Amino acid sequence: MNVKAFVALLLLPLAAMAQGFAGLGTDADNFSQPVPGRALNFPADHGAHPDYRIEWWYLTANMTGPDGTPYGLQWTLFRSALAPQDGQGWDTPQLWMGHAAITTPDAHHVAERLARGGIGQAGVVASPFSAWIDNWGMEGPDINILRLTASGSDFAYDVNLQATGPLVKHGQDGYSVKSAAGQASYYYSQPFYELSGTLTLPDGQIPVTGTAWLDREWSSQPLAADQTGWDWFSLSFDSGDKLMGFVLRGSQDYTAATWISADGQATPFADGAFTATALARHSIAGRRVPTTWKIRFPARGIDATVTALNPDAWMATSVPYWEGPITISGSHTGVGYLEMTGYDD
Amino acid sequence: MTAAILHALASHWWRNPLQLITLLAGLTLATALWSGVQAINAEARASYDAAAATLGEGQFLQLAPRDGAVIDHATYVALRRAGWLVSPVIEGRLGQVRLVGLEPLTAPGGIGPVDPQGGADLGRFLAGEGQIFARAETLVQLPTTGAQHVENPDVAPNTAITDIGLAQRILGRGDEIDQLILSPDQPLNRRPLEEVAPDLMQIAPQDGSDVARLTDSFHLNLTAFGLLSFAVGLFIVHGAIGLAFEQRRSVVRTLRALGAPLARLIALMAVELGLLALMAGGIGVALGYVMAAALMPDVAASLRGLYGADVSGQLTLRPAWWLSGFAIALGGTAVAAGGALWSLARMPLLAGGQAWAAGMSRRWTVQAALSLTLLVLSGAFVIWGKGLLAGFGMLGALLVGGALALPPLLVALIAAVATRAKTPVPQWFWADTRQQVPGLSLALMALLLAMAANVGVSTMVSSFRLTFTGFLDQRLASELYVTAADSAQADAILAVASSQADAVLPLMNVDRTIAALPAQIYAARDHATYRDNWRFLRSVPDVWQRLAQGEGVLINEQLFRRAKLDLGSPVRLGTGITLPVLGVYGDYGNPLGQVIVTESLFRSLFPDVIALRFGLRVDPDQIEALRINLREMAGVAESAMIDQASIKALSLSVFERTFAVTAALNVLTLAVAGFAILMSLLTLAAMRLPQLAPVWALGLTRRGLAVMDLLRAVVLALLTAVMALPLGLALAWALLAVVNVEAFGWRLPMYFFPLDYLRLVGLALMAAAFAAAWPAWRLSRIPPAQLLGVFRHER
Repeated sequence: MNVKAFVALLLLPLAAMAQGFAGLGTDADNFSQPVPGRALNFPADHGAHPDYRIEWWYLTANMTGPDGTPYGLQWTLFRSALAPQDGQGWDTPQLWMGHAAITTPDAHHVAERLARGGIGQAGVVASPFSAWIDNWGMEGPDINILRLTASGSDFAYDVNLQATGPLVKHGQDGYSVKSAAGQASYYYSQPFYELSGTLTLPDGQIPVTGTAWLDREWSSQPLAADQTGWDWFSLSFDSGDKLMGFVLRGSQDYTAATWISADGQATPFADGAFTATALARHSIAGRRVPTTWKIRFPARGIDATVTALNPDAWMATSVPYWEGPITISGSHTGVGYLEMTGYDD
Repeated sequence: MTAAILHALASHWWRNPLQLITLLAGLTLATALWSGVQAINAEARASYDAAAATLGEGQFLQLAPRDGAVIDHATYVALRRAGWLVSPVIEGRLGQVRLVGLEPLTAPGGIGPVDPQGGADLGRFLAGEGQIFARAETLVQLPTTGAQHVENPDVAPNTAITDIGLAQRILGRGDEIDQLILSPDQPLNRRPLEEVAPDLMQIAPQDGSDVARLTDSFHLNLTAFGLLSFAVGLFIVHGAIGLAFEQRRSVVRTLRALGAPLARLIALMAVELGLLALMAGGIGVALGYVMAAALMPDVAASLRGLYGADVSGQLTLRPAWWLSGFAIALGGTAVAAGGALWSLARMPLLAGGQAWAAGMSRRWTVQAALSLTLLVLSGAFVIWGKGLLAGFGMLGALLVGGALALPPLLVALIAAVATRAKTPVPQWFWADTRQQVPGLSLALMALLLAMAANVGVSTMVSSFRLTFTGFLDQRLASELYVTAADSAQADAILAVASSQADAVLPLMNVDRTIAALPAQIYAARDHATYRDNWRFLRSVPDVWQRLAQGEGVLINEQLFRRAKLDLGSPVRLGTGITLPVLGVYGDYGNPLGQVIVTESLFRSLFPDVIALRFGLRVDPDQIEALRINLREMAGVAESAMIDQASIKALSLSVFERTFAVTAALNVLTLAVAGFAILMSLLTLAAMRLPQLAPVWALGLTRRGLAVMDLLRAVVLALLTAVMALPLGLALAWALLAVVNVEAFGWRLPMYFFPLDYLRLVGLALMAAAFAAAWPAWRLSRIPPAQLLGVFRHER
């Protein structure tokens, strides 16, 4: 049996892969729907929302070692619900998937975990904050002070995070529209983590320092039926300002962005304010994936080139995608993370 | 010239179609028996592989509980959270079907047959009513659970696969997990197992595949039978080829005199035989397939009955098996014809045929020495051998040694009798008999082997049957057995039975690992039914009384032998509870180990187990009335009640099916041996004319000679049969005391069945007489001119 195909189908409640990436465009049935104007409520909203179909806790970090070598790190916990209930036992319809990765200039290490809800193998508790799957954890007294751990067969990391700025709500107070047809999600971030800790790689342990960015998002139908994937950028400029921008690819591309000033002030921008153009494509896993981009954000005078630290940062997981650290050059400089989904072979 | 040689060679077959048919038939039979057995083995092995793949037993390391311990969800989650990539598995029986519960999200790749393209709606598999995957023939045996039934031909036979949560629910096993499969890629930084789950131990992949190991003996058994049949079949081929070559000597001589090179002659004859072998091989493989297909349901029933192994009753064609069938036909022909071709190659250009050398005494000495060596080796295996292979080594050495001893013994015996003959005709008779032993020796050895196998196997089976029937009488003491659908119905049954039955014996059990072996723990109520009926292989004094006081446990013979537990040995039943063995009882036909504890102890150890099955003691006249009341007042379905007589009949029918294959192979082997004798006699008949002609010329009639030939065959068969008897009994002893113990874990007492042996001897004599009748009849009708011809010229 092809376990990957099995799991892919599992997590994505329908075999309708054509209907948007990872089934995110399927109908929402009895699941709750994001509505504008609902105020996010913390710390409760740091926890899980089992009445929504899909949700994630998505942390990426740009780091450097003692010799200046750049590294990237990813820790993600996905929740996918087969039905809008929670409960105890095997037949709880909540499924969990964890992805962890370390990217170096010449290697990319990936691990994946899958778990059923209802038995304690994976879950999220809002306060004191704890998100876990197997022995991977993102835990701390609250969302601002976290210890992040994960291990695969050839890598491991154990790092501490300390937030130095406020939470940032995207879109309209956290209601983030994803298509012209009105598909949306709740979306907030903590882009101001300072990071220090240790990476374990095949060659040994490496002490690292850097910055990290946590994305929190949940929805029941974030994509329109014609949308096939997205290119998502989190950019940290050397000036201390940050930019979140994404392009949802469909019959008509849909973009959105949030400008985050160094002091944490967030300004949302609607469709069209942010554009990204693929400059060069890289062949990986039988796909042609753009790993060099031209980024334009005229509202803040940004016209920069984004280049992957390692173009081979392919996540060969049940639902495959590209996720890796990037460097920014041009009108502005800095580092960030790029996620690209829906580049099918 | 090649064409001319071929034509000359082929003309022989035109003139002797019967010989051709015999050759083909022998080869076909040998190939059919061999490849049929191989087909059965291959099918069964494929089934084991499929079953093992279901759980990844053959592929992945596993974590299993130490004695008496269970794995629960908390242990599983603790291991996962400590970094251990394990996947939980539970299995149990739903009637005849093996139900396996898997956790698809954590199961390592390659486990389970659930292909999303095959109709897997994963939401339905994981949650709600669930889905059960199985072959069509398995699905129909499943009770209705509300789960969707999905047909899937890749699932192992007699196995149903579902989600672990649903399996736990259907099996009523709460949050129990039987074992944890270890993924091959484990992450860095796992915490040590002793720290996380000290009650679990790691098991290597091959150890997990109990079924394949258990059934090895069965398949080795079948293979041995297949080889035996093949060997006996080759005797026929050898006889037929010997005859054909003998008769073609003059043709070969003429061809060579005409200038045909010897090398080409030999090559062409080899090609000719190769073609015949291919033809016979093809028919043999096809026949073997038919035979295997016919026997397969019985084999499947045997394996299920004896080992709890799930084997498909249907046969699939496998290319490897076709090829091996042809290979064995070609190889067999080469072996059988090698001698004939060799002697042809060394035949002087103008020499006549004198097939059997006169001075055989040296050969007998060598053969006797070899035989003695093998018999000593067989004895050495008995004394020092360990394991199943040693058991079969012992059997092989015994049989081959016994067979090799036959011709020297016969010659010595005939020589001894010959000295007592005073008149010329008996003297000639014995001398001529002795002269024929070399030519008949292979056929007689075949007969000896077939008879010994018959005596041995039938003694084993009959002893087993006697023991088993007695055992059933002991164990099935209750008159009626009832199974409740749930605990409410169990209460209703108890209410009805307490007033109408003489006694109610609850039957409760749990599956546990005991001494690192899969086993079941049963509860026994302190009742006269057990005390009066059960017989122990060994026990302490006052065993029942001490059991009732919870001072110890009873174990079955399988545990006694496999785990080397004896009286007084400690048996760990769970954390902190270890009790000594008080008695060992025979438990024939059970593949698992078994431990019996007294009911009160069982209830305190396993408070969650509710008795759903009951044995009811009742006056036989009252059974029907009790049945009706149980049906009407407790709502028990007719299918949930079975009386003692029906269970016994059922068990015995399983038993008979188990040995149906053995019986069929036995009869075939004997038939083949009879055929071998016929072929040898036909060969000899043609060669013996130079010896018979002078006797005829001296005044013995052809009819008289024919009668003597017939008599000789019977005498030789009788002597062979007499020698086969002790060999067969030795074989039976080896099967019962060595092979059975190794293979099944029980030792059976050996009984003797003289009437059966007598019938077999009669059968062998009849077969020999029957085989000799036609050559004798031909001798009685031989034209005198042909006998006279012996004096006129060399053949």
